[in-house]
Amino acid sequence: MLGSIYALVALGYTMVYGILGLINFAHGEVVMVGALVAITAIGVLGPATGLPGPLLLLVALGVSVLACMLLGALLERVAYRPLREAPRLTALITAIGMSIVIQNLAMLAWGRQYLSFPALLPNEPMILLGATVTGTQLIIVALTALAMVVLMGLVNRTRLGRAMRATAQSPALASLMGVNVDRIVVVTFLVGSALAALAGVMVAGYYGQAHYHMGFMLGLKAFTAAVLGGIGNIPGAMVGGLALGVIESLGAGYIGALTGGFLGSHYQDVFAFAVLVLVLVFRPSGLLGERVADRA
Amino acid sequence: MSTSPALHLDDIARAFGGVQALSGVSLSVPAGCIYGLIGPNGAGKTTLFNVVTGFVAADRGRCLLHGLPITGLSVHEVTARGLARTFQNIRLFGEMTALENVMVGLHRQGRAGVLASVLRTAAARREQAGFVERAMALLDRVGAGAQASRRAGTLAYGLQRRVEIARALATGPRVLALDEPAAGMNASETDGLRELIASLRNDGLTVLLIEHDMRLVMGLCDRVAVLDRGRLIAEGPPAAVRTDPAVIEAYLGHAPVGEGH
Amino acid sequence: MRDPRRLRLVGLALGLLALLLAPFLVDALLGRAWVRVLDLVLLYAMLALGLNIVVGYAGLLDLGFVAFFAVGAYLYALCASPHFGLHLPFWLLLPAAALLAAGVGVLLGAPTLRLRGDYLAIVTLGFGEIIRIFLNNLNAPVNLTNGPQGITMIRPIEIAGVSMARPVELAGLTVPSLHLYYYLFLGFAALALVVSSRLEDSRIGRAWIAIREDEVAARACGVNTRDLKLLAFALGASFGGVAGALYASFQGFVSPESFGLTESVMILCMVVLGGMGHVRGVVLGAALLVALPEALRYTGPLQRALLGSVYIEPSDLRLLLFGLALVLVARWRPAGLWPSPVRRRELAERHAPGGPESAQ
Repeated sequence: MLGSIYALVALGYTMVYGILGLINFAHGEVVMVGALVAITAIGVLGPATGLPGPLLLLVALGVSVLACMLLGALLERVAYRPLREAPRLTALITAIGMSIVIQNLAMLAWGRQYLSFPALLPNEPMILLGATVTGTQLIIVALTALAMVVLMGLVNRTRLGRAMRATAQSPALASLMGVNVDRIVVVTFLVGSALAALAGVMVAGYYGQAHYHMGFMLGLKAFTAAVLGGIGNIPGAMVGGLALGVIESLGAGYIGALTGGFLGSHYQDVFAFAVLVLVLVFRPSGLLGERVADRA
Repeated sequence: MSTSPALHLDDIARAFGGVQALSGVSLSVPAGCIYGLIGPNGAGKTTLFNVVTGFVAADRGRCLLHGLPITGLSVHEVTARGLARTFQNIRLFGEMTALENVMVGLHRQGRAGVLASVLRTAAARREQAGFVERAMALLDRVGAGAQASRRAGTLAYGLQRRVEIARALATGPRVLALDEPAAGMNASETDGLRELIASLRNDGLTVLLIEHDMRLVMGLCDRVAVLDRGRLIAEGPPAAVRTDPAVIEAYLGHAPVGEGH
Repeated sequence: MRDPRRLRLVGLALGLLALLLAPFLVDALLGRAWVRVLDLVLLYAMLALGLNIVVGYAGLLDLGFVAFFAVGAYLYALCASPHFGLHLPFWLLLPAAALLAAGVGVLLGAPTLRLRGDYLAIVTLGFGEIIRIFLNNLNAPVNLTNGPQGITMIRPIEIAGVSMARPVELAGLTVPSLHLYYYLFLGFAALALVVSSRLEDSRIGRAWIAIREDEVAARACGVNTRDLKLLAFALGASFGGVAGALYASFQGFVSPESFGLTESVMILCMVVLGGMGHVRGVVLGAALLVALPEALRYTGPLQRALLGSVYIEPSDLRLLLFGLALVLVARWRPAGLWPSPVRRRELAERHAPGGPESAQ
């Protein structure tokens, strides 16, 4: 469940990394904005239009996707583009700065409290293939799968996708071949942000709440998922996300037993990090590929 | 020691993905000569450099520096054993002065640790003063002494090249590997470079030279090796190599001999 | 020849005098609360100088620097409070804090420093959070850290039997506790400054800066980049550890809340804003950013006066401004507000500097 959300967010990290070689620290915050915008949209549109739950959710999702795409494009244009030739450290610092700025603007706009995400979907548990699942869970998985299929199609089957892959290989060469690199980068941010909005709405729906600080841990974990799958690698991000979700829930479930009750399930967040360090140490290329150690 | 070649490569191979960048290159660089390494673009020259200097691991083969194996050593260890290099695209420390750049090259020859540096012990001060003096001498040696206190990033191209060579010399090499030092230089800069390289040989240094400028290679090198598609296709004195049918064939497929690239 | 030197000496003496009198002046003019701010400026200057070694010199982006601060603070808190009934002396605990923090730095750095910079940033970011999670939760089943409540009644530092927590009568002059801590922190900050600036102009410092500028070229110069990066990491961490121990004694109380990402970001801001790699700039950054929240307090009444009521809590603005500062400085002044001047070596002067750019 969480795994598919991590996968969606991880895609955003991996795509931007693949093209710019930059870790977009602010990506987790885009997810947060997606969740909060959706909550506001539901709060405003629900009473105003009286739409039925699922339809309202869909509209809110649309609003949130648009808002996040705008935010992503803005981020790229204002913060990252001017620094494309600058040293790595500068770009990284900017990314962190933007992440803090977005988070705190969100805090000013939405406040410090947890906002509850209304249950708009039928949530009675049902039995499917022997497992108990809820409608929300089913929809999360289905939407994730759909988003991924669409994304794979986009990247592998379209002209735009080809241009994206060319840019990822070598921006200089791609621009020589007539690819408008700036445009491709913006598109990458747009797609990544749209996925982030989707993930934000899902995570808010899953927990039934959202707040301005949720992007940080989620971003960290999704990044871990991207590294686990092999950063820069799109199928890798999906696999990594799912794998991390499984590791985390298994880990949280068994940590008490493993440590003789010494550590409890509130250490769940530690798992993602432990996975990250272990992967970086033992298999820096991730499950599916691309080396991350310093090139000569 | 003096009988063993300065550098001996034995069956060096390296593939990137499916591309065989080097497939079994063996050659010997006699001590005290200028040894040219030429070949069309993509022939594997820089890869060979990277393998020899430890930046890239070889899939197979070994490499001896004055008879001692350096295969599998990390870059700084190779440097410590007396093989220094410059880069195709100059890599100076842009924010540091020319002098400081050369002082970094002296790093290995110093011993001052954290404590000695913080306490400014007599030994540390002596070492520092010695570094400054030697770095200055090296900059003078390559003809960049007047720019010692200029920021390296602001120097003219030809001067940056010279500072980079001074920095490599600072590591105390017995073999100096230069990767296309004349690239991007104008005629007068190239002439200056030729004199500099020749004078380094006269000081007893072995120079390994990748270069596209054929006039420079043919005029300067004592021996030349020609790579094509990862293989050694000819080796010998420049005059012999120039007329070698295999070399002419390799270059006809790309660009004629003597035209650069 | 003698005059400029004498002038410099006079300036130095005046500066020293100003530093010594500062707490009394500030106390008289602005009030006791600002002496506390002064103390914190010095403490954060120490932290920022530590991070400067890692980020400013070696170019390694550490986003979890506060973890080392926490390690030092908790070490001191646990060993000098009723929590375990331990009361070890500070002259033992300070070096221990430095060593422990350095050790933790090496443990964290050893597996990650060979990776590209961005990964280090993420790993350190996660590490900072993890330390906080552990501090928060290690109260059960064995109560190590007392969880979110933190540790209270930490013993203040005592020098020669005189506790820094009580005012001292000295030749008819009453020196309040905050002033005492000021002098203590001033000493440590000065030490950190001297260590930093001496290292900068040393064989080690040049190797660090070389790594920052171009790691590949640094290796080709024979620099063992892995060891030197670890050294930077450990040394920077030890500054953090000492500052943490001092902080624990100063506050008398530590809790996990004080060691969040916010703190890491704030310290990073000090380094970046002031001028990466330039010790004076970093100290300036620390002063600006510690004083900023205090100054922001005035925006509350200002908002009320201008707009009728307080729309934005001053404390909410702090992080936002930090973030903005990072972005703006990175974009417009990447070398910081007070960048390091290009240093000229005495010996280099024998050749006319800035001579004609020949050979072109």
